[in-house]
Amino acid sequence: MLGRLTIDALPFYSAIAAGGAAVTVLGALSVVGLITYFRAWRIVLFDWVSSLDHKKIGIMYVMLALVMLMRGFIDAAMMRGQQAIAFRSDGYLPAEHFDQIFSSHGTIMIFFMAMPFLSGLINHIMPQQIGARDVAFPFMNAVSLWLTAAGAGLVLISLVIGKFSTAGWTGYPPYSGIEYNPGVGVDYWLWAVLIAGVGSTMSGINFLVTILKCRAPGMHLFRMPLFSWTVLVTSVLMIFAFPALTVACGLLAVDRIFGTHFFTNAMGGNMMHYINLFWLWGHPEVYILILPAFGVFSEVVATFSQKRLFGYTSLVLATMAIGLLSFTVWLHHFFTMGPSADVNSFFGIMTTIIAVPTGVKVFDWLLTMYRGRIIFKPPMLFTIGFLVTFVIGGLSGVLLALPPVDYAMHNTTFLVAHFHNTIIPGVLFGYLAGYMFWFPKAFGFKLNETWGARSFWCWIIGFYLAFMPLYVLGLMGMPRRMEHYDIAAWQPHLIVAAVGAFIIFLGIVCLAIQLVVSIRDRANARDLTGDPWNGRTLEWATSSPPALYNFAILPNVQSVDAFWDMKHRGVAYQRPERYVDIALPKNTFIPATVGGAAFVFGFAVVWYIWWLAAVAFAVILVAIIIRSSDDETEVILPAIEVKAIEEARFREMEAASKNEMASDPGFAGESVLEATS
Amino acid sequence: MTADTLGTVEMAALPTSDTQKYEDRAFGFWIYLMSDAIIFALLFATYLVMLGNTARGPTGQQLFSLEHAAAETAVLLLSSATFGFASVAFAQASRPGVIQWLSVTAVLGLGFLLLEYQEFSGMIAKGAGPDRSGFLSAFFALVGTHGLHVSAGIIWILVMIGQVLTKGLTRPVASRVMRLGLFWHFLDIIWIGIFSVVYLPGLV
Repeated sequence: MLGRLTIDALPFYSAIAAGGAAVTVLGALSVVGLITYFRAWRIVLFDWVSSLDHKKIGIMYVMLALVMLMRGFIDAAMMRGQQAIAFRSDGYLPAEHFDQIFSSHGTIMIFFMAMPFLSGLINHIMPQQIGARDVAFPFMNAVSLWLTAAGAGLVLISLVIGKFSTAGWTGYPPYSGIEYNPGVGVDYWLWAVLIAGVGSTMSGINFLVTILKCRAPGMHLFRMPLFSWTVLVTSVLMIFAFPALTVACGLLAVDRIFGTHFFTNAMGGNMMHYINLFWLWGHPEVYILILPAFGVFSEVVATFSQKRLFGYTSLVLATMAIGLLSFTVWLHHFFTMGPSADVNSFFGIMTTIIAVPTGVKVFDWLLTMYRGRIIFKPPMLFTIGFLVTFVIGGLSGVLLALPPVDYAMHNTTFLVAHFHNTIIPGVLFGYLAGYMFWFPKAFGFKLNETWGARSFWCWIIGFYLAFMPLYVLGLMGMPRRMEHYDIAAWQPHLIVAAVGAFIIFLGIVCLAIQLVVSIRDRANARDLTGDPWNGRTLEWATSSPPALYNFAILPNVQSVDAFWDMKHRGVAYQRPERYVDIALPKNTFIPATVGGAAFVFGFAVVWYIWWLAAVAFAVILVAIIIRSSDDETEVILPAIEVKAIEEARFREMEAASKNEMASDPGFAGESVLEATS
Repeated sequence: MTADTLGTVEMAALPTSDTQKYEDRAFGFWIYLMSDAIIFALLFATYLVMLGNTARGPTGQQLFSLEHAAAETAVLLLSSATFGFASVAFAQASRPGVIQWLSVTAVLGLGFLLLEYQEFSGMIAKGAGPDRSGFLSAFFALVGTHGLHVSAGIIWILVMIGQVLTKGLTRPVASRVMRLGLFWHFLDIIWIGIFSVVYLPGLV
């Protein structure tokens, strides 16, 4: 009846595991409690869970990402704590628990922190940047969200019921095969990744069609803001790379359930094939994560340098080049697996070549700042921090791209330092910059800048303290993923790294305080104009938060930096002669149902509860058939209501006479809102 | 007030038109097919990597029957033709024609699945199931994934027959049948790949 699920699955065997479970359960209960306390169930269900509005979906993605960032960070802090004290001692974590923690840390940070964060930013901003009213497929968009949430739910529940994988976030066989890993851990990992991966593939299709088909009149591809360009390339990568993850993990799942021999040791299995398939997805994935962050940096650096982006075309071409090259370097993840010297040389050379377009970008950003009047708002701080730090990570990557060097460094903490040195400043700083940059757009008030700056300084100082010692340790020969060690020389570095992790923790605390303080003081930080930073691109033309339809009248784009151009021609805020009816997607609970059923399906398969898996699958099938038979999926917002909303906005704008930057000491431009009235 | 002097034009008169919506869906579906084609490409690659890994078990030469594969091919290709007739009937606005040809297509699809079931169960009975060797795992994964797609296609055909019966030949139904057609013909192309990569070389 319950497959292999028994009472032993509950984590009462260890105090630490039980503590983790308790935190998870209490967290879930407190969310439920808070919603009940504020009597917000109606709002949560009917305004959010059932919403197909790309902006709300984007916000929910980012909320998921921030929650998972906490969880992933706790894992990181536990590892740093363990390694700081585990010199000739067992520390406080048993080896098996330590292995679960590094596996879940990587899985969460890549799949359930970074992916939702990027999908959230893209969802909220990209349609506005290209002058669209929604994404091309609002329903599928919501399904993607809830599938991602289902995967995240599986990772979270593994903390309470059963155990998580010990096979690392890459799950290499044969160790992740059923022979060496008969428990449920690897299955939790597999099904979380598979379900979320389907969601990501659909997101990619959705974003691509949106960009190619739904742009406003005049928005040629080479007039698109750079963030939208990076989204375009990232979507292509998602569409072509995620199938490889689906195949790799799907075949491993089949190996585990049906006893096939794709990746086993015996009977003709070929475990190296898994590693090829996995990285065929895994390397493009790195660029899926970082390209939108590059897009954010491009927007931020132009806005806060108060200059047009330097080398727009070269940035676009570099983005395309990176997208193409990202499919030609996957083998550098396993130079030591034993390909011939020729093969290794090819991939080594391709890997170093990919640094060229990235370098082009760095110079473009620097030259955008050159002779700009830079205003040091928190998003700009993160951008400058990124520029300085990312170059170091990139250079250590070029080192690792040389196969002979890689033979020496492989699997050491040098590698760990390298990829954190690219992903934290490159990806996470980018997303945090985007979060602070676009927060006023999403919610209509600005985030507190003092706490934002504090958070930045904690993040960057913490980052250097936490990861520079790992470079040194790697050169001293310390392998990654060590639960304890007996080399005294390592310990001081590991203690410094733990201190760094603690400072990063302060950075996260600052983020939380920033949010709370900003919500408390929101009355003083309202963004009435919709354009708090004197922005350049179309998302700043909408109100903050934008109306359901984003644009009452689709903008007519005439140049790069469309909104800037409109402001300077004095046509940014003109009242149209008349308004028209606008079709909007109706709310529906089907996407959340599909996500919930996918979660149950994953859980059932993990525990071999086959009847439940069949039921959940049937629910998904029926839900999709019901939806596919529904021809009334849109609701019309009448022109008269559009007019009322827009008139209210014009009145608000007249009350606010300028954007926030106009009061800044370094502000170079003139206040452009005077033309309004 | 022309477009040149104003930031906005009278594009407002263009709500997302239905034509645009269905074009977007068709385009999105093409993209999905590309993504699915990658899945098959990787399964083909897996098959070729695993081709020699028979673990002293049976090889393709001992297992495959050209007659059987030819019969499967014939049935599936025929079903693509009958789907074409359904599309023609749709263009001629013949509701009975559409239902009739979609039903024939579904029956042929089921026939294909039946033949595949015979082949698979015969192999498993001979001790050549997917757990026998890496080669057979890859064979069952590739051909089986195609079979799962055909099954999904049949369910979709049945749903569309239901929609044609209840809704008639409306615009949204037409758009769905068009995409179903893309899917069905796509599976044919994949099968031709399977026939050429799996069965023909296996028997030469």
